[in-house]
Amino acid sequence: MADADHELALAAANGDRAAFATLLARHYDRLFRLCFRLTGRREAAEDLTQDICLVLPAKLKHFRGEAKLTTWLYRVAVNAAHDRRRRTATRVKSAEGWGDWELNRRAAAAHTAAHLKWLRQAMAALPEQLRETAALTLGDEMTHAEAAQVLGVSEGTISWRLSEIRKRLRAVRQEELSS
Amino acid sequence: MTDPLDGLRRAMGDATPAPDPARRIANLARAQGIFDRAQGAAAEPRPTRERPDGWTALRHGADRMFVALTSRPALVTTTGLAALSLVIAVPMIREGTVPRLQPVDVPATTIVSQDQVSDPLAIDEGPEITAAPAPSKPPPAVAPPAAVDSRARSARVEGLEVAEQARSLPSSAGDPAASTVLLAPSHTDERDFRHETLAKPGSEIFANADPQPLKIAAEEPVSTFAIDVDTASYAVIRSSLMHGFLPPREAVRIEEMINYFPYAHPEPAPGEAPFRPTVTVTETPWNSDTQLLHIALQGRSPAVEDRPPLNLVFLVDTSGSMDAPAKLPLLVQSFRLMLGQLRAQDQIAIATYAGSASLVLGATPADDRRAILAALSQLDAGGSTAGAEGLRLAYQTAESMAAEGEVTRVILATDGDFNVGISDPDALQDFIARKRRSGIYLSVLGFGRGNLNDATMQALAQNGNGQAAYIDTLSEAQKVLVDQLTGALFPIADDVKVQIEFNPAVVAEYRLIGYETRALRREDFNNDRVDAGEIGAGHTVVAIYEITPVGSSAVLGDPLRYADPREASQGADGELAYLRLRYKKPGETTSQLIKLAIIPGMGTANADIRFAIAIAGFGQILRDSRYLGNWSYLDALSLAEANVGDDPFGYRREAVTLIHLAKSLSD
Repeated sequence: MADADHELALAAANGDRAAFATLLARHYDRLFRLCFRLTGRREAAEDLTQDICLVLPAKLKHFRGEAKLTTWLYRVAVNAAHDRRRRTATRVKSAEGWGDWELNRRAAAAHTAAHLKWLRQAMAALPEQLRETAALTLGDEMTHAEAAQVLGVSEGTISWRLSEIRKRLRAVRQEELSS
Repeated sequence: MTDPLDGLRRAMGDATPAPDPARRIANLARAQGIFDRAQGAAAEPRPTRERPDGWTALRHGADRMFVALTSRPALVTTTGLAALSLVIAVPMIREGTVPRLQPVDVPATTIVSQDQVSDPLAIDEGPEITAAPAPSKPPPAVAPPAAVDSRARSARVEGLEVAEQARSLPSSAGDPAASTVLLAPSHTDERDFRHETLAKPGSEIFANADPQPLKIAAEEPVSTFAIDVDTASYAVIRSSLMHGFLPPREAVRIEEMINYFPYAHPEPAPGEAPFRPTVTVTETPWNSDTQLLHIALQGRSPAVEDRPPLNLVFLVDTSGSMDAPAKLPLLVQSFRLMLGQLRAQDQIAIATYAGSASLVLGATPADDRRAILAALSQLDAGGSTAGAEGLRLAYQTAESMAAEGEVTRVILATDGDFNVGISDPDALQDFIARKRRSGIYLSVLGFGRGNLNDATMQALAQNGNGQAAYIDTLSEAQKVLVDQLTGALFPIADDVKVQIEFNPAVVAEYRLIGYETRALRREDFNNDRVDAGEIGAGHTVVAIYEITPVGSSAVLGDPLRYADPREASQGADGELAYLRLRYKKPGETTSQLIKLAIIPGMGTANADIRFAIAIAGFGQILRDSRYLGNWSYLDALSLAEANVGDDPFGYRREAVTLIHLAKSLSD
């Protein structure tokens, strides 16, 4: 699978249109899910995915196969998310994203309403860098090393961030218990 | 204490939704378009085949259509205009009616200050990753944030981009290797794409969502959708079966199958709303423990003599590619048929375009049949296609014919291949959009298969306040241009939305059959800025719910142990549901509301209703038969056969034949 990705990406970088189509179709859903975890809002995730789709043909030309394709792709995604935020200058809104997203059909099927409420609160309580880290390592089950590569930080930083997330989640829970 | 990260991980997995299928298709297509342009991909040679050559070619034709049909603006703002056969009518993004508005942004000043102080954890604000620098500036097609205006623009441009994408698809008709379909994401993940690769990537994705799931009335009592009078899916299914193949599941859109057929439900009384709802509660043929709720909206059909005078400009593509039996000759025959429907006060002009555009018949009264037929018989195919020039000429002619109180329309007949003349798609689109505001409508008729550029047609019709229809046989021409001419030309209600609230005290579960791509959010029902479907004069739109009464042995979901004790609202005793309809009169921006309480046993099932139910069952067998038990093609066949009824044009008998074919093919 990883090898196929790699080959497809290199072929696409060389102008193979079928390879490009295949590659994108294959990763679209995963990309969207990451975008959702990064933004916390369905609409924003759709828009972000679109941004990525549109820049991908140009970006892919520079894919030289040094990194794993998913790592490379996620890096594009995280950068696109930064970029969109900068453009829209709505950091406030995106931070609130996790607070106002719609309870969609999928959510209705989720464990319990309380569970979701907790997620919403927890994600909203995290600053952006921690949310990104959580989206990559928890949502997509990336290893610390991979996430570090995507975010351009050291593995140690990822571990540190995760412990920070833990700390903050406990704090959120404490608040809940005391209130 | 458990690791809070595990909780977060689990919650995140549960919360993440699936991507919007329509946007997925549109995004993939747009990305491919950009990729191709970046590669300077040479245009592929045009196929000359007239008939789909077996499954591959057939599907390609159909897929192009579906790709085109489901660009985001098409789905979001879709209005099926008149029930032309194979109609795909995509309304314009009108000023002020932007679909899916983004919430208004917080004032920028607030944001900036917040921005500066956020991130208490700014420990590694390190340099951007250099291997993949962040996009420095958004590509032009990306909608700038939250700007309503540009959002609308982006949606508008999308049509043509998809069109370009479709045009540049390589033709691999007949190449068996290309026949592996990329259907839905779930299929794609497990395959080895290197080998099964779709030679025609963007085109092999069908537009359809998962079948409507069963809903529990106590948990989700309200169901909202936009009407759909498109019939493309039925024609594709027919085409597939006639060529000896079962249609792919994703090609089956049940509401489009049901709405292909004319029905005769009671019309509204004079002075009432332009359409009238008729609700019937009847037994379910495939499940004795459930009931069907059949809702029909019947549009008023104005008498022919009340019709305002029509000015029609036929713009005929006479380029070389039209020189085929199923194209130009069929087109001439179709127009002859249509002539019989016009009256002396109607006017006709004919323009052609190939290498250059020319007016072959100036404005002529429709009863001067000799002049018109003579002009038609002289049409001859040859040369390349200068579509843009032809459109300019046609609009110019139309403007000279238009007068107060008349309806003026350009009818473009083409195989859709505008390979010359569109040097600037934006300019052409702007041109058509401007003409729309001048009150001139545009309809696009597609002819021939294998070369049909449905996407371009869609883009044009959608910008020209019109509709696109696909004509493959003379009988289809009869349906589109003769039997349903009035409905096609005169819309009577815009943005029609349906909302049903079920009474959980009486209805335990419900399921809407079809309309997967038409679902609306509950709150969009009252939002007049959200587009929906349109009804043409004399048309019928049907929706069918399967409902399970409380206490029935067919209830599938278990009751919630901790659900709130619910009480039926006062005065609603025994009501099954409450129906709300919203529509706008053509040209208006404020909607009207129609309300109707639905009680058990309402209405009687006549042949029209039972036939629609047979088709709904047939569609479900083709698509997903999980709710049908042992109900089979044979059952659908006998139910449809018994309810063919009057059927003056033979549409229903044709459907019976199709069910028969499907049965044989699946054996």
